[in-house]
Amino acid sequence: MKFDAKTREKLAFFILGMIALIIILPIIGVIAYIIKNGATALTWEFLAQPPRNGMKEGGIFPAIIGTIYLILGTMVFSLPLGILAAIYLVEYARENWLTRTIKLAIINLSGVPSIVYGLFGFAMFVIFLKFGTSILAGSLTLAIMSLPVIITATKEALEAVPKSFREISLSLGATRWQTIRYCVLPYSLPGILTGTVLALSRAAGETAPILFTVAAFYLPRLPRSIFDQAMTLPYHLYVISTQIPNMPLSLSFATALVLIVLVFLMNLLSIILRAYFRKKKLW
Amino acid sequence: MSPKLQRIKESILEFFIKASGVLIILFVILIFLFLLKDSLFFFNSYSLKEFLTQGKWLPISEPPIFGIIPLLLGSIYVTFFAIIICVPLGIGCAMFIAEVAPSFLKNILKSFIEILAAIPSVVLGFIGIVWLGPLVKRIFSIPTGMCGFTGSILLAFMALPTIISISEDALRSVPYTYKEAAFGLGATRWQALWRVVLPAASSGIIAAIMLGIGRVIGETMVVMMVTGNSPVIPSSILEPLRTLTATIASEMGETVRGGLHYFALFSVGLILFIITFIINFLADLFLHRSKK
Repeated sequence: MKFDAKTREKLAFFILGMIALIIILPIIGVIAYIIKNGATALTWEFLAQPPRNGMKEGGIFPAIIGTIYLILGTMVFSLPLGILAAIYLVEYARENWLTRTIKLAIINLSGVPSIVYGLFGFAMFVIFLKFGTSILAGSLTLAIMSLPVIITATKEALEAVPKSFREISLSLGATRWQTIRYCVLPYSLPGILTGTVLALSRAAGETAPILFTVAAFYLPRLPRSIFDQAMTLPYHLYVISTQIPNMPLSLSFATALVLIVLVFLMNLLSIILRAYFRKKKLW
Repeated sequence: MSPKLQRIKESILEFFIKASGVLIILFVILIFLFLLKDSLFFFNSYSLKEFLTQGKWLPISEPPIFGIIPLLLGSIYVTFFAIIICVPLGIGCAMFIAEVAPSFLKNILKSFIEILAAIPSVVLGFIGIVWLGPLVKRIFSIPTGMCGFTGSILLAFMALPTIISISEDALRSVPYTYKEAAFGLGATRWQALWRVVLPAASSGIIAAIMLGIGRVIGETMVVMMVTGNSPVIPSSILEPLRTLTATIASEMGETVRGGLHYFALFSVGLILFIITFIINFLADLFLHRSKK
């Protein structure tokens, strides 16, 4: 059977639309499924209590706090380093072998599997530097993993500031650093923040890098210092859905729900930041 | 502040800025060295040839056998089927977003793709256990739904955001004049898209597929939770299997620190590091070719 070109176009576009639908429907389905099954067990007690009775009862409070500590720890290490590295690449680096090697290193870091970060974090921070299984070791591991995203976002934000800003500042006698500090960074801050929040939301949901560096199977108290182990939401979900026999499913669903709500809220924050600053854009 | 003090302050700052750049290279080298160091301990007492050619992974038998073939095949099986599923879907969706959908629909689709990218892998693994696994079991009437195929479907969805966004960029960066020329010759929008824009964007699309492969090979939690964790050479995708990543994640906790099994897992990590390094390096080459 031969169709004319117009009919074939309609058919082809219809198939492309169906493909988009095939991708979208499961996403909606999965989210609705988690909300439907998780919402019933999601009580104030669940959020504010430690787990009890071999994790089959009680809540996930220590896991929420552990995840928040990890996010903050990751930010402390990756944000300054990521921003400085991006400033170097955009404002200082010349096109030479060093710059090319740094760029290749960033590409490579972004492709390293998360479990390999876990192995590395374990060998380097837990054993070699003797931090032990701790929030510190986990934060450092997640920080290195988040660097490529933060650097790429910061680079784009810095490059988006018009060249003329720098030229005017330099022509008025400002030094290179003063120019960056007062004429470039303030205008690229929104892009940097957006990228950082996105990178941190990804780190918050990661399980493989923290398996051997932070994660505590069951630790109903809160961590006392950065050298302490911690429960975290993703690892807790892994444990209760694979390691505990006869686990009430509603608690697993509720844990999954809290985790995706946390990650979505961080994504939402980055979208709001982007929209807010775009309105205030001065040029 | 006196000009002299200002200069000193500035050079200290510039030192830190440059050091941060160099530190990134250092991290990659450190990752490689730490993996290599412990792998060398392993190959000191276990032959590299056995490691690469033995068809069995039996780390706690007496004597232990560490053959990487079953794990490598597990990774290859799962990746192959995931890519078969997600490449047509991903490129189709990218074509729809870039060339067909009206702008409101485009925005909706893009936000759903962002949502998909944001879902943590452990949540998808959980969905695989409670929903997709049992479904696959019923559909194919197999003894367990915890098999390679279930993992492939979930991995396909995890790779979609990467493939869609990079393919879409590649499609949109094809100069408009190409399409105009095709329209001028009487082509329909579909003919222009299929015969002109798609071939012109092929480098970028290849890069998208390669980055997707890299993402799938490196994914850990989903495969560990849903592929059945059985380190044997799989005879079909509908059987339980185990990947390189899942082996490290599930066995590391049981090993004796400094034992042969412990070092063996670092060798598996080194193999993974090398595979993903090559894939990402090639993807970047294609990406640069498409930018020219």
